[in-house]
Amino acid sequence: MTNTADVNRKGRLRIILRLFKYILRHKFLMFTIIFLTLSSNLLSLVGPYLSGLAIDNIELGKGNVNFPKVFYYTSLMIAFFLLSSALSYLLSILMIKLSQNIIYRMRQDVFEHLADMPVSYFDKFQAGDLISRITYDIDTINSSLSNDFIQIMTSFITVLGSLFMMIVISPKMVSIFAVTVPLSVIYIRKMTGIVRPLFRKRSAKLGELNGYVEEIISGQKTIKAYHQEENMIKKFDVKNDEAVAAYYNADYYASVVGPSMNFINNMSLSLVSIFGAILYLFNQITIGNISSFVLYSRKFSGPINEAANILSELQSAAAAAERIFNLLDSEIEKKDPENAHEFENVKGKVDLKNVDFSYNDEKMVLKNFNLNVKKGSLIAIVGPTGAGKTTIINLLMRFYDPQSGKIYLDDIDTKNATLKSLRSSYAMVLQDTWLFKGTIYENIKYGKDDATLEDVIRVCKACDIHDFIMSLPAEYDTIINEEGLNISQGQKQLFTIARAMLMDSPMLILDEATSNIDTITELKIQEAMRKLMKDKTCFVIAHRLSTIKNADRILVINDGKIIEQGTHEELLKKGGFYQKLFYSQFGNIA
Amino acid sequence: MVKLTDYLKPYLGRMIVGFTIKLSGVIMDLLIPFILAYIIDDIVPQKNVKLVVFWGLVMILCAVTDLIANVIANRMASRVAGNITRNIRHDLFVRISYLSNKQIDEITLPTLISRLTTDTYNVHNLLGMMQRLGVRAPFIVIGGVIVTFMLDYVLALTLLILLPLIFGIVLYISKIGIPLYTEIQIAVDSLVRVIRENITGVRVIKALSKTDYEKKRFEGANTNVVNKEKRAGFTMAATSPVLNFILNLGLTLVIIIGAFRVNSGNSEPGKIIAFMTYFTIILNSMLMISRIFMTFSKGTASFERIAEIISTPVDFRLQAPREIETGDFIVFDDVSFSYGKDEWGLKNVSFSLKKGGTLGIIGPTGSGKSTLVKLLMRLYVPDSGSIYIGGKDILGIPDDEFYQKFGVVFQNDVLFKDTIRENIAFGRNVSEEQIDEAISIAQAKEFIMQKENNLDFELTTRATNLSGGQKQRLLISRAIVLRPEILILDDSDSALDYRTSANLRREINQKLSDLTSIIITQRVSSIKNADLILVIENGKITHMGRHDELLENCEYYKKVYEIQMGAL
Repeated sequence: MTNTADVNRKGRLRIILRLFKYILRHKFLMFTIIFLTLSSNLLSLVGPYLSGLAIDNIELGKGNVNFPKVFYYTSLMIAFFLLSSALSYLLSILMIKLSQNIIYRMRQDVFEHLADMPVSYFDKFQAGDLISRITYDIDTINSSLSNDFIQIMTSFITVLGSLFMMIVISPKMVSIFAVTVPLSVIYIRKMTGIVRPLFRKRSAKLGELNGYVEEIISGQKTIKAYHQEENMIKKFDVKNDEAVAAYYNADYYASVVGPSMNFINNMSLSLVSIFGAILYLFNQITIGNISSFVLYSRKFSGPINEAANILSELQSAAAAAERIFNLLDSEIEKKDPENAHEFENVKGKVDLKNVDFSYNDEKMVLKNFNLNVKKGSLIAIVGPTGAGKTTIINLLMRFYDPQSGKIYLDDIDTKNATLKSLRSSYAMVLQDTWLFKGTIYENIKYGKDDATLEDVIRVCKACDIHDFIMSLPAEYDTIINEEGLNISQGQKQLFTIARAMLMDSPMLILDEATSNIDTITELKIQEAMRKLMKDKTCFVIAHRLSTIKNADRILVINDGKIIEQGTHEELLKKGGFYQKLFYSQFGNIA
Repeated sequence: MVKLTDYLKPYLGRMIVGFTIKLSGVIMDLLIPFILAYIIDDIVPQKNVKLVVFWGLVMILCAVTDLIANVIANRMASRVAGNITRNIRHDLFVRISYLSNKQIDEITLPTLISRLTTDTYNVHNLLGMMQRLGVRAPFIVIGGVIVTFMLDYVLALTLLILLPLIFGIVLYISKIGIPLYTEIQIAVDSLVRVIRENITGVRVIKALSKTDYEKKRFEGANTNVVNKEKRAGFTMAATSPVLNFILNLGLTLVIIIGAFRVNSGNSEPGKIIAFMTYFTIILNSMLMISRIFMTFSKGTASFERIAEIISTPVDFRLQAPREIETGDFIVFDDVSFSYGKDEWGLKNVSFSLKKGGTLGIIGPTGSGKSTLVKLLMRLYVPDSGSIYIGGKDILGIPDDEFYQKFGVVFQNDVLFKDTIRENIAFGRNVSEEQIDEAISIAQAKEFIMQKENNLDFELTTRATNLSGGQKQRLLISRAIVLRPEILILDDSDSALDYRTSANLRREINQKLSDLTSIIITQRVSSIKNADLILVIENGKITHMGRHDELLENCEYYKKVYEIQMGAL
């Protein structure tokens, strides 16, 4: 029991320290803010003092008011108020700067960490949940950081000062606080224990809702086609209810905290007055003492009250911070080993030795897989779907690493090389095209920053997509996006082929790269493709056997193993799996 | 346009009850210092211990009442805020669900997502904060003003003169403030877009080693949000100091006028002191209000963005049923359509297909093949011409009747994070036998049986734990499970090997013989037995006919065929 509580406390402390680290990056700003807050607190005492002086000059009574003095002090007041307003505006601006700088850093940290995450991570998490972390959770942290943190820090001083004054006036009466303060502390700790998991759930449920929303909205066309809007709405309502309920549950307890603290304060005030009055009756203190004690006790409990009120905010911030830090702590793609090899002038000899691989440690996708590829050869991979063809690509690119066995490029273990240099040795075209919001020009030169418009036009011509682009309103400057409304799937594939052509990498991976392109266009770009593949080590996955007929070697993969290999002619002669596969495309299943 | 008040209305009763309870708490809270003053000023000099204890107990009673009232009111407020947010989110999701594709193309997905997420959250914040803090402060301001009037109405008038000025300033700042928050949300949209693009494109980005570039791109979006936040913050932050200054200016005015009034014997210094005490209380409450104000502007801007979507007019309305005499099942009559103004999607498309027939569509990339299907499915409405199914104009067929005719697999269609079973059933009433039949026809049974938990195998988001061909076979299972009248396969065997694809077609022909199917493909072998084949080039049907006919009179088709068969 105590052990877990201990661990929890440690965890909490770590979260607070980590948040504090973000603030500490802006030490100067932070100290300026604290200094300004303190001085504006002091200044707040000057106003009443000046007005007191002004009133002293009025107090002389009818006909005796000292107008010159009154005007003197009131004009001082105006000047002072102007100063204090300016100061408080300055303070606000600095606060906003501080909190926005922190939020910026945090978002950047989270995103950069995400970007360094292995591919498998994104296969597990819903986009919406990740978006929710970068938006909602960070916002939550921010609102509590910017308001609460500074407030607590400055009020701390007020609390200490008041306590000192109270002890000076009447140590006996302070004993009341010896009861109420520990009471508050115990209460707050207890509530924190209750509220914390609730806030954690609140963040998680909101993330879940957002994950669902993102997925459904992305699939809206399909939902329409099956007229499943109502069902999706029903499911959404369940998630929505859960999110709202989680929000309410956290609020249910959190909303008790403020009033309870206020209650404890009122209680102590009542006790102070009873106790004080009795003390006065026994001639222990004066009336003036009671009234100033009350004033100080208000100042004393005020910040504690405030602190309790923002407790809920702090808790939601802590829950959000936990989600953020969890993400930041999840393992990124393996860092390159020290003195990692940088692939340069890659020749393209690829070897896989005794590779075992599975995605989930259960079903082996590749079993004791061996493959030796000579430089410059064209390797085609065929086989039934789910046989592990794409897996080979995943391993070559090191999106995943095998459980055992080694993969060599130019006789160097790819594990000992930098990811960047390994990956940039390949140009890759996948069946799932990916375009981002930007101009066509930007999208195509994505793999090669220094490409000129002429280069881009050259590859687009080679890919037979130039005429289409020129028919668009802004030609190469036409903005396209992921949804790519008026661009067909096949055209998207042509874009990505053009992108790969521009890169001119020593090796090439084509995974169903032309599956949505019509035969005539494919024929037209064949020459360009051949040029692209010339003298390069190429891995091609395709179902159109016409595209792979010319391969130097065809690997027929089934159940994670190479069951046949050889050239097209050899395999046809063999009369095995490949032959059946090949003839089936003409409609006559052998 | 929908207003926030429309959503508040049903909860008005509960909100008023909550406000009243809260108010009683506030009164109790304010009574306590009053009693304290009474004890010190009046009771203590009487030296009566019993009375001291009595009034002390009254104070405690007030404190207890305050506690109970506040807890109840806060919980009620939180419930109301939650319920209203739920309703708004529900309405928004419903409206988004029924937006037409054209509208979604215009609005774009990232902004829809951020409106459903961050914007609804901002509104929730607004609702909660308004109820929790919005009672005490206005109450104290109003109460304070009344008390000052009772003290000295001339002095109180100086205060009143300031009120229009204050309101004017508040109004002005909110007027420039709300658009600033709208801008923030627009910046958030781009942020969401970059994150989404990075998640969907992770393989490409990693393959091209563009991680650093993407980090920079995110930095741009991030900086933009932060700058907009700062701008809005700097503007809104002016409210509090400006109000503070004006009110204090009023205070100075009160002292000066007070000085004259005291001098002429119309007022007393004590009154001025009391006046200033209340003035300070009013001032503090006003500052509290100005703090709520920021949440208010942010919430309002967000609600406007939500309302904009909810109030988007329905751009497709069912037309009066219209029928023509025809023996054909599917008829396209001179249909034209364009996505934008200049680019034509389809031009003057006419053809007809008998019930139970198979239509094959082939043509170059980007020629409008998928568009034709989208028009048939009413995902877009043609600019001119009509489409008929079973003699009925599709624009007049009610949704329920219309969509159950179809089973469809789009290019790059989506599967959801759920079990295989749920993905095939897809919310419809489907029996175990139907699923079993569908997966065997779609050639999916074998691989499903190899998965852990078979039909209850959980797909990951975007079905990344299936291979391309497995995905397509599941999609086909989903399309045929309810034996629709029309099956549409848009290039959905591209990831299948020829054998599986051929088996699939044979099974469909044998087991779903009365099915009318439309197959878009690049493979002649997939459509050579079709009853009608359309060759579409540049948005126009250039040739149509059966396989043999096209071989004779369509150059394009012949060439495609020869290339594909030429592999022999």
